[in-house]
Amino acid sequence: MMTKVELETFVEGTTHYFATAANQPASVGSPYIVQEGKPTIQEFTGLISIAGKRRGIVYFTASRPMLTVMLMRMGETELTQENMCDLVGEVANTISGNARRDFGKDFMISVPTVVAGEPEKIVTPDNIRSFVIPINWRSHSAQLVVCLE
Amino acid sequence: MASANAKAEPLTNGKLKLMICDDSNIIRRKIERELQIERLQVIATAANGKQAVEAFRKEPADVVTMDITMPEMDGIECVENLVKIKPDVLILVISALSDKATAIEALKKGANGFLCKPFTDRQLTEALEELLRGAGNDD
Repeated sequence: MMTKVELETFVEGTTHYFATAANQPASVGSPYIVQEGKPTIQEFTGLISIAGKRRGIVYFTASRPMLTVMLMRMGETELTQENMCDLVGEVANTISGNARRDFGKDFMISVPTVVAGEPEKIVTPDNIRSFVIPINWRSHSAQLVVCLE
Repeated sequence: MASANAKAEPLTNGKLKLMICDDSNIIRRKIERELQIERLQVIATAANGKQAVEAFRKEPADVVTMDITMPEMDGIECVENLVKIKPDVLILVISALSDKATAIEALKKGANGFLCKPFTDRQLTEALEELLRGAGNDD
């Protein structure tokens, strides 16, 4: 089970990502537990598998309109599906990688897996609770889902 | 094809040769846009360590930006390989892995600097300028 302090690492990482890479701060809400069913999946999802000292997954899921604006804010001119897949993977990778500052180097992260529009491909472990960190950025909303043993 | 001991030929315009290695296309393009500055010219980009080593053998760069978490061959192993080919190459590791142990390992393998993702354009430029200053290329 994750602690409040551990979750704060991901909240801070998300806040830092948007302020720095997307050039505009996001409003990052308090994490909540998914009580029933699966967490929300949007059009594009970047997923990182975690191994080592902790096991589980971390994923970032967002809509095409949000990713389009993020790419533009980053100076990218090619607003393609390929770059949107790239971006969700990079967001998940960056926030998970930054978490090693607190979790240490035994918090081992995979390269990103990207899923576009196929929510059934995102599988969270049944025996672990998923925490959703809601992200509101400009008029868009996205989620960072953290599911760790 | 360049040998394993190949020495970089300076570009005729006097610029330093830059190679960008990152598995993210948007990060490669971001770095390329920002680093097309006076003294650097991008000669190669690579999406993983293996591609980077192959490109480097063909044409060694003077300066390399290197991600760590990549498929095929990670950045730490790649740094080690590049330094064997060209010991005086300047390598700036740009990674999300923000624990001290990873930065220290990269520096031990031969990297010259470490910039943590996410980064602003200004942080990237300053990190590169510091790298070049440290190597005496600040004129």
